[in-house]
Amino acid sequence: MAVVHEASDAFNVREHGHHHDEDALRIFGFWIFLTSDLILFACLFATYVILSNHTGSGPTPADMFDVPAFTAETIILLTSSFTCGLATFAMHHGRRGLMLTWLIVTLLLGLAFVGLEASEFTRNALAGATMQRSAFLSAFYTLVGTHGCHVSFGILWMTSILIQAWRKGLAGEIPGKVFIVGLYWHFLDVVWVFIFTVVYLMGVMR
Amino acid sequence: MNLEPTYATHFFVTGDPMIYAADVSILLVSAAIVFVLTYFKKWGWLWREWLTTVDHKKIGIMYMIAALLMLFRGGVDALLMRTQLALPNMHFLQPEHYNQIFTTHGTLMILFMAMPFIFAMMNIAVPLQIGARDVAFPYLNAVSFWLFFFGALLFNLSFVIGGSPDAGWTSYPPLAEVPFSPGPGENFYLLGLQISGIGSIATGINFFVTILKMRAPGMTLMRMPLFCWSVLATTILIIFAFPVLTVALALLLIDRIAGAHFFSIFDGGNPMMYVNLFWMWGHPEVYIVVLPAFGIFSEVVATFSRKRIFGYASMVASMMAIAIISYFTWVHHFFTMGAGPGVNSFFAVSTMIIAIPTGVKVFNWLMTMYRGRIRMTVPMLWTVGFIPNFAIGGASGVMLSVAPADYQYHNSYFLIAHFHQVLIGGTVFGMLAGMYYWWPKMFGFMLDERLGRWAFWWFNAGFYVCFLPQYVLGFMGMTRRIYVYPAHMGWTEWNFISTLGAFMMGVGFLLLVADILYSIRHGERDVTGDIWDGRTLEWSLPSPAPHYNFARIPVVTARDAWWAMKEARKRGEALPDARPLAPIHMPKNSGLPFLLSLSFFVAGFGLVFNWYMLAVAGFLGVGLCLLLRSFAEDKAYFIPVEEIARTEAALGRV
Repeated sequence: MAVVHEASDAFNVREHGHHHDEDALRIFGFWIFLTSDLILFACLFATYVILSNHTGSGPTPADMFDVPAFTAETIILLTSSFTCGLATFAMHHGRRGLMLTWLIVTLLLGLAFVGLEASEFTRNALAGATMQRSAFLSAFYTLVGTHGCHVSFGILWMTSILIQAWRKGLAGEIPGKVFIVGLYWHFLDVVWVFIFTVVYLMGVMR
Repeated sequence: MNLEPTYATHFFVTGDPMIYAADVSILLVSAAIVFVLTYFKKWGWLWREWLTTVDHKKIGIMYMIAALLMLFRGGVDALLMRTQLALPNMHFLQPEHYNQIFTTHGTLMILFMAMPFIFAMMNIAVPLQIGARDVAFPYLNAVSFWLFFFGALLFNLSFVIGGSPDAGWTSYPPLAEVPFSPGPGENFYLLGLQISGIGSIATGINFFVTILKMRAPGMTLMRMPLFCWSVLATTILIIFAFPVLTVALALLLIDRIAGAHFFSIFDGGNPMMYVNLFWMWGHPEVYIVVLPAFGIFSEVVATFSRKRIFGYASMVASMMAIAIISYFTWVHHFFTMGAGPGVNSFFAVSTMIIAIPTGVKVFNWLMTMYRGRIRMTVPMLWTVGFIPNFAIGGASGVMLSVAPADYQYHNSYFLIAHFHQVLIGGTVFGMLAGMYYWWPKMFGFMLDERLGRWAFWWFNAGFYVCFLPQYVLGFMGMTRRIYVYPAHMGWTEWNFISTLGAFMMGVGFLLLVADILYSIRHGERDVTGDIWDGRTLEWSLPSPAPHYNFARIPVVTARDAWWAMKEARKRGEALPDARPLAPIHMPKNSGLPFLLSLSFFVAGFGLVFNWYMLAVAGFLGVGLCLLLRSFAEDKAYFIPVEEIARTEAALGRV
């Protein structure tokens, strides 16, 4: 019996060693992915900046943006990044229940953000400001919508990680996965800071 | 789309006898493949050994086969064009057919021939050269391959279903917008490139991480083989350049599918923005495909001169310099946009500057050969053939970089000759050198040298006969993409010679295929694993390498690691590797990369025809595959020590 234990312990150590190495590789790889995603957003920003005063017969940014709405979106998303950080913090201290709670709060805030953005888009589109109206609107919906799609994907992804952490606890690959989805979430927050500044603030100040 | 009687005539391409012939041959070849696989009961083998593999060596082989097939199709396109242009007033092709052919020729050759060929060489050689058991993310590597495969399939499907794209390989708006290209052809282009582009970004990330994190102990960056350096430079370019293409294609697709106004003429759109985005990717892209070729030439020239490479550090520095400067030259593709003297001067100077590190490399190759013991094998022939070829192509490139003069050369046959000279002379020669060089490592036998020489000489001589006349035609005012010309222009002789050269290159390609077929049966078997007396770690392994590559991870003490080990052995200083074998951790095969990419294909096909339900179904499939992978357990296994010992003993290595 003791021998079996020893063997399985050795196996576990090796297994954990592999997980540790593989986690480090994945986290490094994910940073590189974020770099390329950043280039993608940079191109969309450049396109938006060039086209933002090509409003044609459509509304200008100042006509369209609703200060309380985009402020609320910003506060909600920034808060969700904070709660996501708290979840990672709880994970590092081995507190699974607390981690799950903060992940759920993060998800709810994310859903609220996507809901607000969807209602903003619907309101504008019903008022005739569709992406077919002008180059500015095409660029606006594409840039902000790409961010929104990223957040929506992040919600689905984080939900899947949440279920896995619920079922399996904090063993094996789970900590690495939670950390990576957290990186993604913070990245989207950083992108939003630029959207808030370049699109919304500069738009209403013009 | 509703099922009216005219449905079939909209869906399938009709009316052209050549396309009917293609339909028939595609059906016959498909039926033959299905028959052979069924008759020899090979479906299970195909699935287990190839479609689900995560082994970098097999993925590399599949990339190479795909690249050769695409080289064939792109080459046939080229021969059709050259036949149409052989004489004045030819009516061999319809004008709209000619437009489709030059579009698919360019797109296929760059994205579905050159790209998979470099990925093939990267997959085959990089992990072996750095002493790794696989790439950093083997599963992602399989995803990359299948995304490329299904992207290429979607693009090629346009030939028989829906109609090929016809707005040029650059697909500039407003021509590529719906009012001027109403059919599904441009959608095929945009979605095929988009799907394979996702795979390219993933490959870039994968090999970047592999090279930085998976090197064997002792292999510092400055001890890496130059091919690995060239791949590192290429992956940096891919990571930073391909997202720009993703955006350019996506915006044009949104214009076409959702009626947006990024690049339209009306409502504030700006077509030149697409041109800028396209070339911000497009210029780094030419270095993405040529840098690995430079890496291969460096390996080949050192091995067959029996000398270490001359100026290793300057080679590394020049590749990195090229990687950075190549982001600052994109406007030279459209000086005629008229951005003004300041902007054009900047890009003219940056283009001239990038020629300097390239020149440094050429001198290094020549100095490596100087006083070397040169063996003129086929890989070496392609390398030696490359040098004058690339020197002429580079010189004509510097001529084009002079912005005022470019107003004269722009979009003429001078340009066509220039970029074929650097892309064929650089990339294709390099990939063929690499294919001949690493073939024994891939398959365990050599390609026949005699047939290989014939193939080289036909292809190389054909190249000059084909493209040197095109420089002259460019000066005479012949512009690209014209499909017919009158008799009195003085172009006839030059065009006719050029067409002859194209067919000579076709003969060269056929000889290459003949060489492969001949060598499968009669090629010299590689029993030592080191058939070229090589210098780098891949030659320390048996040919083909076992699927775990290294039974014990080698410890590297010098540049040209394998050469140093052999020298130490000759001096009797090498101690046998006394480290005990340990179980090897390996990833399991998976069918998900294939199914994931198939789902992307379904989604892409739905978007091409605006069948949104099919697109949604495809994307649901993508999501399902991602979830299945995320929830999967048991993704890896250990090869037990006894099995490793058995395999090594069977390969004669104990």
